[in-house]
Amino acid sequence: MSQHNVSININGTEHSHDVDARLLLVHYIRENCDLTGTHIGCDSTSCGACTVIVDGRAIKSCTMFAVQASGKEVETIEGVADGGLHPIQEGFWEMHGLQCGYCTPGMIMCAKTLLEKNPDPTEEEIRWGISGNLCRCTGYNKIVEAIQYAAEKINQPEAASA
Amino acid sequence: MIPGKFDYYAPTSVDEAIDMLVTHGSEAKILAGGQSLIPAMRYRLAVPEVLIDINGLTDLNYLKQVNGHLAIGAMCREVDLEESDVVQSQYHLLADAAEVIADPLVRNQATVGGNIAHADPANDHPAVMLAYDATVVAKGPSGERTIPIDSFFTDLFESALSEQELLTEIRIPTPGANSGGAYVKLERKVGDYAIGAVAVQLTLAADGTVAAARIGLTNVYYMPMRATGAEAALIGQDPSDEAVLEAAGIAAAAECDPSADLRGSAAYKRDVIRTLAKRAITKAVERAR
Ligand SMILES: Cc1cc2nc3c(=O)[nH]c(=O)nc-3n(C[C@H](O)[C@H](O)[C@H](O)COP(=O)(O)OP(=O)(O)OC[C@H]3O[C@@H](n4cnc5c(N)ncnc54)[C@H](O)[C@@H]3O)c2cc1C
Ligand code: FES
Ligand code: FES
Repeated sequence: MSQHNVSININGTEHSHDVDARLLLVHYIRENCDLTGTHIGCDSTSCGACTVIVDGRAIKSCTMFAVQASGKEVETIEGVADGGLHPIQEGFWEMHGLQCGYCTPGMIMCAKTLLEKNPDPTEEEIRWGISGNLCRCTGYNKIVEAIQYAAEKINQPEAASA
Repeated sequence: MIPGKFDYYAPTSVDEAIDMLVTHGSEAKILAGGQSLIPAMRYRLAVPEVLIDINGLTDLNYLKQVNGHLAIGAMCREVDLEESDVVQSQYHLLADAAEVIADPLVRNQATVGGNIAHADPANDHPAVMLAYDATVVAKGPSGERTIPIDSFFTDLFESALSEQELLTEIRIPTPGANSGGAYVKLERKVGDYAIGAVAVQLTLAADGTVAAARIGLTNVYYMPMRATGAEAALIGQDPSDEAVLEAAGIAAAAECDPSADLRGSAAYKRDVIRTLAKRAITKAVERAR
């Protein structure tokens, strides 16, 4: 099996390791880089718990090899807070968008690209946008409200915090 | 679940990729979006010894309208179809399908080329391309050739591509005047493969009857299939006549051959196809008018 030296920029930090070709990106992130916020839920490309952002697009990191991400920019949940909580994180806090929290990192990474593409989504667009991320606890309503809170806060920083 | 061992190569040109296919033969598999292949490798349903990753072939990632057809590069991602004005405004059947394939995360990565090359009857693009009468462009060591979609799918997960060929492009004829298309899919939950789905592309004559129609069915046969009986039931007929729609639906239900599984019994799936065929035809006719 081929070995590869990969260099991946994760949350602004360069990580470099020699890895087997078959190492999945999610295992690289969790085991080689000790960034365990990215979760493994189903291991079968169905749940979205492993969602990370690669070069601006949210993908399932259990369905990409680490070697494929070499030279790319990866963003994980650990990179989302910048000083204080990100508006999406604040939304999950304020609107009770999580219970066990297992799906939350994936939901937040997906929501981040959703709001970057469409800063003022309708409820329908939010539900459609997170349809690749499963949550077994909340019933989704609170997650949708959390993302709506974040959208409002990002669009009108004053109004949402008042 | 950890995939089996393999050697990984990342060619930077189509010709280099073909050279690698020639060198490694049946041991090698192309890695495109990986959204079918990597899950299969984790389950060890696929254990390729060599992976040739074509994600570096960015010159295969395009979507352009050229004289008389839409050219889709093999590495065009599903999300690019969803975000394309040309697809949304002129290729309604394709646009319908693009938004119900898997989920947004998978669509960010999955390619149109991979969806067709995989030749999975459960995938949505095969039926769509059958209805469009698309053409597949393949490139191998002896050059480029075009394959009509009707002879592209040959068996379950088998296509007319040789081991040494790369699928490079899909061409969809631009729908003419009085043409319309629609894709109607029933799924257990958002993001799932179809229980059944029907792709219709048709053209109306001046008197409102159906001048031409092609119909593809998803996940109700051991390979992607065309419902030629349903097409015959429509052509020359008035599609606003409920009896005509019913006849086409019954023909489609009779000619498919679904297997019973978690998504339902064979009888249920046949009835799903009968109903979806009527809905898809009605929607296509509305768009053609
Ligand atoms: C949870 C989930 C749900 C899904 N639901 C749907 C759905 O509802 N509808 C649907 O249509 N699909 C669905 N898919 C499948 C998805 O669309 C796949 O991505 C697609 O079938 C294959 O595209 P890919 O680019 O990922 O190809 P890969 O997985 O990389 O490749 C698939 C096969 O095609 C071969 N191949 C790929 N590209 C080429 C090429 N250019 N030339 C020659 N051979 C090539 C590969 O060697 C491999 O054998 C789903 C997948 C997942 C994980
Ligand atoms: S662990 Fe990746 S999709 Fe579930
Ligand atoms: S909060 Fe428990 S799975 Fe979503």
